Amino acid sequence: MTIHQAPDGSPGPADGAREEILRRIRQALGNPASTTPDPTAVPRTYLTTHVHHTPEQRTALLADNLTDYRAHVHHTDQAGLPATVARLLSEHGTRTAVVPPGVPAAWLSAATGVDVHHDTDADPLTPRQLDAVDTVVTGCALAIAETGTIVLDAAPDQGRRVLTLVPDHHVCVIDASGQVVDSLPQALPRLDPARPQTWISGPSATSDIELERVEGVHGPRTLDVILVTSPPPSG
Amino acid sequence: MSGTFVGLPSFPQAAAVSTQDTQLRANLRHATRTIRDKRATAIGELSDWPQLRAAGAAIKDHTLAHLDHYLRQLEAAVTAAGGTVHWAADADQANRIIADLIHATGETQVVKVKSMATQETGLNEALQAEGITAYETDLAELIVQLGDDRPSHILVPAIHRNRHQIRDIFTDQMAAWGRPAPEDLTDDPAALAEAARLHLREKFLTTKVAISGANFMVAETGTLVVLESEGNGRMCLTLPDTLISLVGIEKTIPTWQDLEVFLQTLPRSSTAERMNPYTTMWTGTTSHDGPQNFHLVLLDNGRTDTLADTTGREALRCIRCSACLNVCPVYERAGGHAYGTPYPGPIGAILTPQLQGTSTPLTASLPYASTLCGACYDVCPVAINIPQILVHLREQTAQGGTTTSRGTPATATPASGHAAMRAAMRAATWTLTHPRTLHQAQSLATKTRRLHPKNPPGPAAAWTNTRDLPPLPAHTFNHWWKHHHSTEGTPQP
Repeated sequence: MTIHQAPDGSPGPADGAREEILRRIRQALGNPASTTPDPTAVPRTYLTTHVHHTPEQRTALLADNLTDYRAHVHHTDQAGLPATVARLLSEHGTRTAVVPPGVPAAWLSAATGVDVHHDTDADPLTPRQLDAVDTVVTGCALAIAETGTIVLDAAPDQGRRVLTLVPDHHVCVIDASGQVVDSLPQALPRLDPARPQTWISGPSATSDIELERVEGVHGPRTLDVILVTSPPPSG
Repeated sequence: MSGTFVGLPSFPQAAAVSTQDTQLRANLRHATRTIRDKRATAIGELSDWPQLRAAGAAIKDHTLAHLDHYLRQLEAAVTAAGGTVHWAADADQANRIIADLIHATGETQVVKVKSMATQETGLNEALQAEGITAYETDLAELIVQLGDDRPSHILVPAIHRNRHQIRDIFTDQMAAWGRPAPEDLTDDPAALAEAARLHLREKFLTTKVAISGANFMVAETGTLVVLESEGNGRMCLTLPDTLISLVGIEKTIPTWQDLEVFLQTLPRSSTAERMNPYTTMWTGTTSHDGPQNFHLVLLDNGRTDTLADTTGREALRCIRCSACLNVCPVYERAGGHAYGTPYPGPIGAILTPQLQGTSTPLTASLPYASTLCGACYDVCPVAINIPQILVHLREQTAQGGTTTSRGTPATATPASGHAAMRAAMRAATWTLTHPRTLHQAQSLATKTRRLHPKNPPGPAAAWTNTRDLPPLPAHTFNHWWKHHHSTEGTPQP
């Protein structure tokens, strides 16, 4: 197959296409020698955030917007997190769960009767194995209050993209004090484009049939979000 | 699917049929009105919408003005991240590249996430001819594929089908494509979605090659971005070993920061959501995560010809939100199929004639598939002046002029039919500038009005094929004026 580049580096047919397309662009623009453009010349008079929130208001807005798109939101603190995770797994009837390698052991320490798989690069679960798993428990990179969005970027507490895709139930833990931003313009500078990213706003949904919203076509049908406030209560 | 877009009837012929379909019109009216009401609410939440719209237009214009630079930057970034970049000047080249890439994997089945670009190139049919079956995985595209149908809307391709029709399609056709529909399938949307989930999951877990498009390509970082709702996109973009993305060159944006504009404007404009349920971003390949082979096919297929038109090029700003379809009075009544191409509605009426040229009856008719009411311009999140481009393209189809075809300057000849119209206009001009002749003609017309056919013969028939001829009054205006004047005295100045 020599459709893009022959092994010896000689031009294949598609190299011709590359030069032809670039030639057509330069001709269309009437500027044969393209100078290096300056993308900062674009006017950015839009807002970096639409409201200025206290941390509590920001978390409340995130919770409202997540709920609006039919995610289930739970509030707890660091001390209450294991019990909350255990309750959600129990309520869902979870018998098998999977966690990425960076999830702290404490998160699932109160879950009983649950077979927990640890997905690692050395010992990854296959998609078919994941299809038999009830629940995945992860952290996140950040959350955006204005849009009700959770961003996963495959960091150790979130793991491979497939983990939060194939199981039918996703429990996502958010550090409300450090991981919630107001808006999209505040979110992007905190994310690394080199990492694969999954942005989640509510569970899987479709409106393809008479525009009636139905949850869960292919992704997890149930999204439980735990907002962890700190510090833990004293005493 | 049988969706070849070649040789379809021109818009007036297709619309004359589709506007008589009361079921279609009811489905469309319900859908378009629902979406546009919700959209107005979603946009009302953002006080800086005009500024976001202006920034979106400026970013796209800036990119187009330096497209060669940004494409080379994108290519370098994707390559550095472990991807392979291919260039396709037209649909045939793109389909050839993709078929060869699939052949090289040894696979004969691929899953697809919804992609306008692959509809544009007729990829599914091209792969079928190569012995490769492409499975559509978007619920609406699945409905379209199983129904041996064509998409009728950019965002909700099966908008023209209601739940009863979808139930029948699933019951009749799913078995031929894989897991059959449940025997007791009802027309409840949740039950239909569940049937699709079961039908497709087996394919996701076993298929090694996926095909996608992309909403955005970030030149600075080499990142591709896909927005979706169902999770079928995540499945295709994550599970297979090999991912092949066919993307139009105009989908390039310069910087990572630019996403802050489009990720605000696209979901709110298209599905009227603050954010779509799932957005996937990937940069080349990632060890142990997602496809380990990534191929990006950059598609021209008429885009550089569009870029050469200084008036029409702003159509390339389009981010495929489909807001213009939902506000268009013509789309709402005629439906997407009448436009005869993957891009229906107002955006299709300007994009298709530019991508394909105005030399066929279909593409020459599309600039007329509009009332020029301007609603499409008002809602466009990147401020494409669709009415202005429609008028520009009408001028081109009526009078001809210079254009660009496959990168070469060309002269467009007036579309057939316009010669007769120009002759009629010359005759009308002469008559209107000779009052005596006009008066005689009007008197004759009113006196013979009972004899007039509903569809006049000759070139004038073109007008009444798609319009009702208004009835002539019993008297001319001159006759009425004289009569009125003589009985009621001097009129007010």
